[in-house]
Amino acid sequence: MSTATSTPKIIDGVHYHEYDIVIVGAGGAGMRAAIEAGPNAKTAVISKLYPTRSHTGAAQGGMAAALANVEEDSWEWHTFDTVKGGDYLVDQDAAEILAREAIDAVIDLENMGLPFNRTPEGKIDQRRFGGHTRDHGKAPVRRACYAADRTGHMILQTLFQNCVKHGIEFYNEFYVLDVVMTTEKGKKIPSGVVAYELATGNIHVFQSKAIIFATGGFGKIYKTTSNAHTLTGDGVGIMWRKGIPLEDMEFYQFHPTGLAGLGILLTEGARGEGAILRNASGERFMERYAPTIKDLAPRDIISRCMVQEVVEGRGAGPNKDYVLLDCTHLGAEVLETKLPDITEFARTYLGIDPVFEPVPVMPTAHYAMGGIPTNIQAEVLADNDTVIPGLYAAGECACVSVHGSNRLGTNSLLDINVFGKRAGRYASEYVKKAKMPVLPKNPADGVIALVEQMRNASGTERVASIRKELQESMDRNAQVFRTEDSLKEQTDIIQALRERYKNISIHDKGERYNTDLLEAIELGFLLDLAEVTVYSARNRKESRGGHMRDDFPDRNDKEYMVHTMAYLTGDAESSHAGDHIKLDWKPVVITNYQPMERKY
Amino acid sequence: MVTPTPAMPAVQAFTITLNIRRFQPEVDQEARWQSFDVEVYSTDRVLDALHKIKWEQDGTLSFRRSCAHGICGSDAMRINGRNRLACKTLIKDLDITQPIYVEAIKGLPLEKDLIVDMEPFFAAFREVKPFLIANSKPEKGKERIQSIANREIFDDTTKCILCAACTTSCPVFWTDGQYFGPAAIVAAHRFIFDSRDDAAKVRLDILNDKEGVWRCRTTFNCTDACPRGIQVTQAIADVKQAILRGRR
Repeated sequence: MSTATSTPKIIDGVHYHEYDIVIVGAGGAGMRAAIEAGPNAKTAVISKLYPTRSHTGAAQGGMAAALANVEEDSWEWHTFDTVKGGDYLVDQDAAEILAREAIDAVIDLENMGLPFNRTPEGKIDQRRFGGHTRDHGKAPVRRACYAADRTGHMILQTLFQNCVKHGIEFYNEFYVLDVVMTTEKGKKIPSGVVAYELATGNIHVFQSKAIIFATGGFGKIYKTTSNAHTLTGDGVGIMWRKGIPLEDMEFYQFHPTGLAGLGILLTEGARGEGAILRNASGERFMERYAPTIKDLAPRDIISRCMVQEVVEGRGAGPNKDYVLLDCTHLGAEVLETKLPDITEFARTYLGIDPVFEPVPVMPTAHYAMGGIPTNIQAEVLADNDTVIPGLYAAGECACVSVHGSNRLGTNSLLDINVFGKRAGRYASEYVKKAKMPVLPKNPADGVIALVEQMRNASGTERVASIRKELQESMDRNAQVFRTEDSLKEQTDIIQALRERYKNISIHDKGERYNTDLLEAIELGFLLDLAEVTVYSARNRKESRGGHMRDDFPDRNDKEYMVHTMAYLTGDAESSHAGDHIKLDWKPVVITNYQPMERKY
Repeated sequence: MVTPTPAMPAVQAFTITLNIRRFQPEVDQEARWQSFDVEVYSTDRVLDALHKIKWEQDGTLSFRRSCAHGICGSDAMRINGRNRLACKTLIKDLDITQPIYVEAIKGLPLEKDLIVDMEPFFAAFREVKPFLIANSKPEKGKERIQSIANREIFDDTTKCILCAACTTSCPVFWTDGQYFGPAAIVAAHRFIFDSRDDAAKVRLDILNDKEGVWRCRTTFNCTDACPRGIQVTQAIADVKQAILRGRR
């Protein structure tokens, strides 16, 4: 379904559209880019969902900005916290932009209508969050601007409302499957994207001068995850298949407080409001691991401590396999007014009322720190520093890198707004000077072949069982703690699953709303991304941020103070990862902060 | 490596029957009921049962879903005659001695199985000017000031996830597709009662139309259907009052 006003040209059954800027993905980053680009250039937003279904809406706790509305704060402190939180693998020029532009980003949203919670003076209220501190680690600081525990929901709604206001053209339930590259003057530039329209099965080509990828993450490579079913990394996977490198894929964040067994997110904002993690004996175990900021240590540290508590036999519950998030001392009023959604999640899905009982929690796969490499103007990089003109990426699919090896809570809602806006702004500037690139002949042929091959495949394997085995094994072997043995085992499992994937078939052979077909294609991207994640993880023989190697427990700055860059080379279909993945390094940008030991 | 198991004691799996109203547009002349037996746990969601059918028995079964915990609004459907989100409806809360009836939400064109055309729903949303319209410019680089009390007035209607459960539970909407419907009125309410907004009158004029708030017959279906617990009927009543007496 589209809200477009122009009609496409149809040639050989393929629908052709023309825009200055095409944005792929309608979550926070995509819509923030659209609001920037729409008034300046002919813009279309293409999403495999309806915009308001995007997973930005599931974010809860807040968006960081040093407004200093409730206590002293500065964007420089925020920059430092971001760098330290990312275990020094953060590109510091990018982190400075993130923290500095955060203030305008929050004010922009408020001015657009976002209903933030308010202070008694009527200003935007702020709460504490993990890893955000006063004066370089002295104590927790109130930096997270929030709207109850539905900040992401309010951001998504506000951005959608403003897209409606600006008359942005949306193509909803259009699944982008390829980016078309054209060679002009010896340079490879993008000339459009190819999409599969879910409602009809029609193929569409969107010719455009600039393309912004804002396609989100790929948490569905794991079983226990806070991510939506639809977060299958299609955008990142498309880039990978096009030969664009992927940066820092081994760094995946496990959010400490997923509902045990389900993975549904309970915001860190709960701990920001004073909730406490306890083990089976009721001990506040974070006091042992992070004596200064305790339960507000960054996510990588808390997740590791939780797993360690369980491994060492101090887990709660009949199987001693989770820990407890204790909110009971916060009182019903705080829970109902500041944390109403998570209170309801616990009641609905576990039958536990957080007002009276502690909630069982365990880490849940949450956020990809790595992704499509970009510079600070959100331009996609073909290697360590070569820009691909006209191609942009922002949000979780991108790696700027503001998050390094571990993202701080509330920095992702910030990231999508700061770098979504930048992508929209720089793309708008670019298309003013750029000519419409010429499409290659039959630009949709690759996608048509992919779709028809999936539809007509007559193999014996089921998509759902391959996906289940992938997700369960990733939880087992590539989660919070990794070792050479577990990663080796996972490499072999993925290799076997990739072989089996070549022998699938699907039930639904129809053209209309073929979600069976969609899931089959999505699985291909999941397998590709899981392979790169594990391959990159094996190669990093140190522990840093979200990447914890039991066999190499220390950070090793001498050898690994660099970003991983993974390249697809050779035959993508070959079974050994080593035959088609080449790894390289990219230096970390250091401006003001030399790496130090990371203590909280 | 630790793989958490469900926090509640694992209960025995058991078999339930789902009667699903199917419509395959490339095959069927009209919708038909089809019965599936599926093994579930009491803590499973209806969405889990639908996935099990799709993944293990019949890949053609089509429905929308995304977040799976009641925040994205993709999977509103009629479950045992009531509009609910499939991901927020647990098997243990349904009577499983009988088959569970699942069908698409009503009043929007049926496209395939549990999927309807959402465009008329979003068109009504767009018509009520669902965005902040303020005459004054805030001080550059500063937020508009709003008191905690003024923020509270429209808190309830900011929770809407546009799932359409309310609008498609409304008997007036079923018989008159031109009616704006509860969700669009909720969207308007969210701005009409926002102290920062200056276009309440414009929206109230739109909703004073013959297809506007006066079509509401206060059956409370919408309030019952809302998975976010929004007092939808109350919001519509607030808007009616505002048309008669002006915004508070």
